[in-house]
Amino acid sequence: MSAAPPGEQPRVWPMYRAMVGVGLMCGLLIVGVFQWTGPRIARNRAEALERAIFQVLPAARSSTTFRLVDGERFEPRGEGDAADSLVHAGYDAEGELVGLALEGRGMGYQDVIHVLFGYAFADETVVGIRVLESRETPGLGDRIETDPGFLANFDALDVRLDESGSALAHAIEPVKPGEKTEAWQVDGITGATISSVAIANILDQSAAFWIPRIRARLDDFRGAQP
Amino acid sequence: MSDESVPTPGTDEFVKGLWRENPVFVQVLGMCPALAVSNTARNALAMGLATLFVLVGSNLVVSSLRHFVPRQVRIATYILVIATFVTVVDYAIQAISLDLHKALGAFISLIVVNCLILGRAEAFASRNHVGTALLDALGMGTGFVLALLSLGAVREILGSGSLFGVPLFHEGFQGWVVMILPAGGFFTLAGWLLLFNWLRERRATRLAALEPVGATGGGR
Amino acid sequence: MSHAPTGTLEIRTSPHVLSGYSVDTIMFNVVLALLPASAFAVWAFGWTALLTLATAVAACLATERVAGRLSGGGSTLADGSAAIAGLLYGLTLPPGLPLWMVAVGGVFGLGVGKALFGGLGMNPFNPALVGRAFVQAAFPVPMTTWVPAFAPERFAALPPSTLTPPFTAPVYDAVTGATPLALWKFERVTVSASDAAMGFIAGSTGETCAVLILLGGAYLVARNMMSWRIPVAIFASVALLSGALHALGPDVCPPPLFMLFSGGLALGAVFMATDMVSSPMTGRACVAYGVVIGVLTVVIRVWGGLPEGVMYAILFGNALTPHLDRWLQPRVYGTRAEAGS
Repeated sequence: MSAAPPGEQPRVWPMYRAMVGVGLMCGLLIVGVFQWTGPRIARNRAEALERAIFQVLPAARSSTTFRLVDGERFEPRGEGDAADSLVHAGYDAEGELVGLALEGRGMGYQDVIHVLFGYAFADETVVGIRVLESRETPGLGDRIETDPGFLANFDALDVRLDESGSALAHAIEPVKPGEKTEAWQVDGITGATISSVAIANILDQSAAFWIPRIRARLDDFRGAQP
Repeated sequence: MSDESVPTPGTDEFVKGLWRENPVFVQVLGMCPALAVSNTARNALAMGLATLFVLVGSNLVVSSLRHFVPRQVRIATYILVIATFVTVVDYAIQAISLDLHKALGAFISLIVVNCLILGRAEAFASRNHVGTALLDALGMGTGFVLALLSLGAVREILGSGSLFGVPLFHEGFQGWVVMILPAGGFFTLAGWLLLFNWLRERRATRLAALEPVGATGGGR
Repeated sequence: MSHAPTGTLEIRTSPHVLSGYSVDTIMFNVVLALLPASAFAVWAFGWTALLTLATAVAACLATERVAGRLSGGGSTLADGSAAIAGLLYGLTLPPGLPLWMVAVGGVFGLGVGKALFGGLGMNPFNPALVGRAFVQAAFPVPMTTWVPAFAPERFAALPPSTLTPPFTAPVYDAVTGATPLALWKFERVTVSASDAAMGFIAGSTGETCAVLILLGGAYLVARNMMSWRIPVAIFASVALLSGALHALGPDVCPPPLFMLFSGGLALGAVFMATDMVSSPMTGRACVAYGVVIGVLTVVIRVWGGLPEGVMYAILFGNALTPHLDRWLQPRVYGTRAEAGS
């Protein structure tokens, strides 16, 4: 601000009064709005997550979120736990574990793609996928979210473990459009090669990390039905 | 900070923002949200309404506090007030729809730095009565909503062949992908600016032709 | 030039000797130089290529006419620059592209790329490439779907996509080819350089036969109507950079000969980058401009998301042109080097 005219000292008290007064008022307003909308926002978040989980695990009727502890055990996620290393277990109407919704992320054509995919543990397949976040080109790369032929790859994608139980029996591999012959291959999309290959690689990495750990500790999930 | 502004008819404070001093098409303010989130009519409308709310709220508060806040701290106070209303809008949108919040992304928080809002607070609300400031904010905000909506509508119709998500064309419509991308925002904005300037220029020439030589220019 | 209707100042570096060539003489010779490549395109892709070229030229001429009328000037069709822009634009498009998309790009290229900047001589970017860039961004799928060359029924029937009604997405035959660059990008398969040079490959209408394009360029250089520095600088920098990268490993970059003859490099280097309006004026600036385009082309092809990058490289070079002219001014005659700036 420009200096006060000579002979007239800027008075400090009105400045403090104004700043503190306005600050207090604004603070109260924000707290009030937060109190009022907070529960509703939390409910929206939980509903959005459940919708996504039920979409990738069509057999599930309820879900619980777990987190990975010490790189080997799973515990139900408590309030305020860190938001990384999470898996979401889905249960059917009888409370039996039907599978898990796993997250994966990796580089797409434009930016990081973040996906959620369902792992049905009985027949050891991926049964559904949903893109949570992507910035792929509209009309081209974003067909990974809409192309029915591509999404059909994930109706029953083979992710069995090998005999040692520490790695996938067959890595998920991207192939050219229309050349899928094995249950662990992912058909690409013509014109969206990079994005579809990225999805296959993200799935492969995430599955190779999570599935051996999950199968080693299946009881962690069974013991914690909602 | 005097109240010596020329008294004008109240409706004019409202109407000027719609067309003559339209914030986007004439003043070219608030370009960041206007270009970034006008890819669908729904996003554009939501962003416009959020801005309208912040504008009305901050203009009201700034105008009613205009004798209370000393000159030296006025900008800091305005920013504080504007940021508060932006936070309120942010929570409100999250409570209404998370999908909408995701689509608008960081641009909700960026309403804070929208020149339009600080500009109205500094140039108008801090010098006028609460009622006039309210009319001004409503007019400018509505002008902003209309501008964003006209950008969003063009981009959505050409880019996805729909309006507010409702398909407008037969099956097999070829979308113009570029219209959904940032480049399409620039093209659409340029098109509207061209139209506006052409209309204003035509009007100015007509008025000049009508007015007798030497008359004082009172026409707008 | 004395009767230039716009009254703009002619700014060229000295010596100011009139060559005797006027705009329309040069334009006529450029068309002549483009004829072999265009004829080959029609022979290789059939009637659809002819329709694509005709639509592109017609759209550009119509836009030029309308823009001329709106701006109050006379008809500027006679100088032939709009027809050339249309022909060049048509040659960069994939055959089988719906004709309505061809028209959209032509209108955009001439309207936004040229008329809005003030017409011939004012456009900072090559109008043909502006049109193509717009179509590429607006309709990425049709722009990357390629009809194979030398299809047996190419003179008997049109591909179903060509006559798609306006605003409708095209439907393609099952038989579509991939360009050599796309094959390399996504599958690491290289086509032999001789096939690419002779044009027995899929690609845009005019970019497949590199030999005929080079022939046309040689004719223009021989008639002293084109700066030889630009294409030579582009080819040399592409060859050197891709050669160095290829030496690192065949998976990093395909061999230099393949890089030179595939995609739109020949067409772009000979006919697009040398556009008199949007390229630099002085010798050193021309060389720098060519090197920038060549290096960018290789960088986009090797590391970028798209298989082809000549178009963006040239548009970028266009944007740099005024700066290159400023930075690399020739020494004023009679001054010492230090004082020459």
